[in-house]
Amino acid sequence: MIDLCRSLPIWLIPALPAAGFVVLAVIGAQLPRRWVAVIGAGSVGGAAAATLCTAFGFLHRTPEMGVIEERLWTWIDVGTLEVGFSLSLDGLSLVMIFVVTFVGFLIHLYSTEYMADDPGYSRFFAYMNLFVAFMLILVLADNLFLLYLGWEGVGLCSYLLIGFWYSDPENGAAARKAFIVTRVGDTAMAVALLLLFKHAGTLDIQDVMAWVSDNWPVGSGMAVAVALLLLGGAVGKSAQLPLQTWLPDAMAGPTPVSALIHAATMVTAGVYLIARTHAIFVLAPVAMTAVAIIGAATLLLAGCSALVQTDIKRVLAYSTISQIGYMFLGLGVGAWSASIFHLMTHAFFKALLFLGAGAVIICLHHEQDIFKMGGLRRRLPAVFWTFLMGSASLAALPLVTAGFFSKDLILWAAWASASTSPWLWAAGAFGAFLTAVYSFRLVFIVFFGDENGHVEHQPGIRIMIPLAVLAVLSIVGGFVETPSYLGDVSFFSDLLAPVFPEVDYAVTSHETEHLLQAVISAITLVGVFLAFLFYVKRPAIPAAIKASPMGAWLYRFWLSGWGFDALYDRLFVRPFVGLTRLLRGDPFDEISSTVGRVTEAGYSVLSETQNGRIRTYAFGIGLGAVIAVAVVVFT
Amino acid sequence: MTAEVLLEHGLVVASALFAIGLIGVLVRRNLLFQLLAIEIMLNAAGMAFVIAGARWGEADGQVLFIFILVMAAAEVAVGLALLLRLSHRFRDLDGDAVSTMRG
Repeated sequence: MIDLCRSLPIWLIPALPAAGFVVLAVIGAQLPRRWVAVIGAGSVGGAAAATLCTAFGFLHRTPEMGVIEERLWTWIDVGTLEVGFSLSLDGLSLVMIFVVTFVGFLIHLYSTEYMADDPGYSRFFAYMNLFVAFMLILVLADNLFLLYLGWEGVGLCSYLLIGFWYSDPENGAAARKAFIVTRVGDTAMAVALLLLFKHAGTLDIQDVMAWVSDNWPVGSGMAVAVALLLLGGAVGKSAQLPLQTWLPDAMAGPTPVSALIHAATMVTAGVYLIARTHAIFVLAPVAMTAVAIIGAATLLLAGCSALVQTDIKRVLAYSTISQIGYMFLGLGVGAWSASIFHLMTHAFFKALLFLGAGAVIICLHHEQDIFKMGGLRRRLPAVFWTFLMGSASLAALPLVTAGFFSKDLILWAAWASASTSPWLWAAGAFGAFLTAVYSFRLVFIVFFGDENGHVEHQPGIRIMIPLAVLAVLSIVGGFVETPSYLGDVSFFSDLLAPVFPEVDYAVTSHETEHLLQAVISAITLVGVFLAFLFYVKRPAIPAAIKASPMGAWLYRFWLSGWGFDALYDRLFVRPFVGLTRLLRGDPFDEISSTVGRVTEAGYSVLSETQNGRIRTYAFGIGLGAVIAVAVVVFT
Repeated sequence: MTAEVLLEHGLVVASALFAIGLIGVLVRRNLLFQLLAIEIMLNAAGMAFVIAGARWGEADGQVLFIFILVMAAAEVAVGLALLLRLSHRFRDLDGDAVSTMRG
């Protein structure tokens, strides 16, 4: 068994979903739905099985540096640029492929039922499989060029799936917005890659990182520039300030898409990118600080916005932005493995929450407004319990949820790391409070209170299995890394230890750590209690706050995501549209079209002389002769 | 009558003939008359050659006149053939009526 797993090629993992995509794209429309479901979910399931086997082999073989490399073929070989199509597997990639294939498989399984009535069934699974394949290439890539291929590939799939229901122009607009906004970040990232290639002369991740560490001193201008440009790419993909505006609109896609792409996997690619290129960020303390500040600002901003949203998917979208803000905060203070840990637990509970929300939406016949739901606890008990576990994990209820352990590690690093400030911790702590309030606001409004809305049918088995599995993972997924008083398990950080440098703790006292955990736990519980008070016991209080002038203004401001859309509309969209209107006649085209017009005028004049009348020609000849004689005679 | 006077008068007559021919080409619409007018112009040129040859006592002028006669004969042969074709096709000898061959 171990031998088989050790010899299992890594390329099989992305190749299976890619093959699924090819089959579905070519003959999917002719296949019966059952077959489409088997191929679509089965290919990702196969990748998940292969991942499990590979992980088994990886953990039982400890190659030097903890990296398995696999060179498939040479992709590009021009001059000094040699890019191989090669994959490498280390602890970080292992965690990522585990999340992508397992969460991806559960979501595919869920989709087979959720999308059952959709006319674009095979198209949906083709796109989803393509997405999984690109995401796996992204996280397994051995060089930055291949990583960029996966990066753009997942962006493409995101575009295709947000605009999946393309007959509604709004969905198309949301898809274009996501594509264009992330393109801003991607441009920065491309520049960073070109700079790295220019200086290091290679794009192989291991070589580049080694070269950078050897050649650029800490704080050197190039390191800071490259780190900030990479950060730009990460910010775009992970929907962080200031490029976060696309993610709430991305909810236009089908709910499983939101779960897979816009919550669990793709949006965390930015976190992966920074973690993967951490050697550059270590050399640029300014960029690290920028990462932390962006994370802290984003988690507060998105947390506030999540408080007032009324669309169940938009609440979750803002909470995703907020949770990725935590990951950025963790990266910024150097807590690499804690961020990846939170990435994993977040993938579990956020996929769960989205799938639960999808189950509610479909059972209420595509109702997304939470105020038209209510009292669903009794009518959808299974969805309620799984959703509650997801929310508990999102709110990081102490000790019993996965989210608690991962978020706590980040917050501890934000307090104790050598490169942090108390303000970052305070932002994280306040964010924890916001998270508790908005996640339980959702639970209380949707599942408690008066019964509201008409439940059409109960979710089937293929929806319930993913919910149950993810609910269990949302609870126990955190026990791979526990604090000292709970067994001090360090499986996760041991796995990532060869990849990342140690966190540079300025404070190491366990007492402080436990005290802070108690503080955060208390804050979380207060938040949950407040949500209970506001949305179950005394619904008049939030209504009164909303009615006051200040409250109404804040409500509108937060509902619109701090007015970023309006700001960007003023700042970029309208000037651009004005400019295009100005240039509609194309002034540069005038130059060439003038040549054309002069020629045309000359033609119309001269063509008059060719009237076919022999006398006119004779007159011309005579006149010419007279002029010629006159010239000879008079000069 | 001196040679200069002869030359002067002769050239005036030749020029007059040439002008008559040219005007004939320009104002007549009938192709047959235009052809006749061209003959007049050719003869005016030939006359100018003969007069000039007489003035200098050289035979060149008369040689050139014979050239012009030969060329005129050839031209008339081609021109009349074309005229026959045109009158067959258009039932008309109006030069403007065949302007469809313009560029």
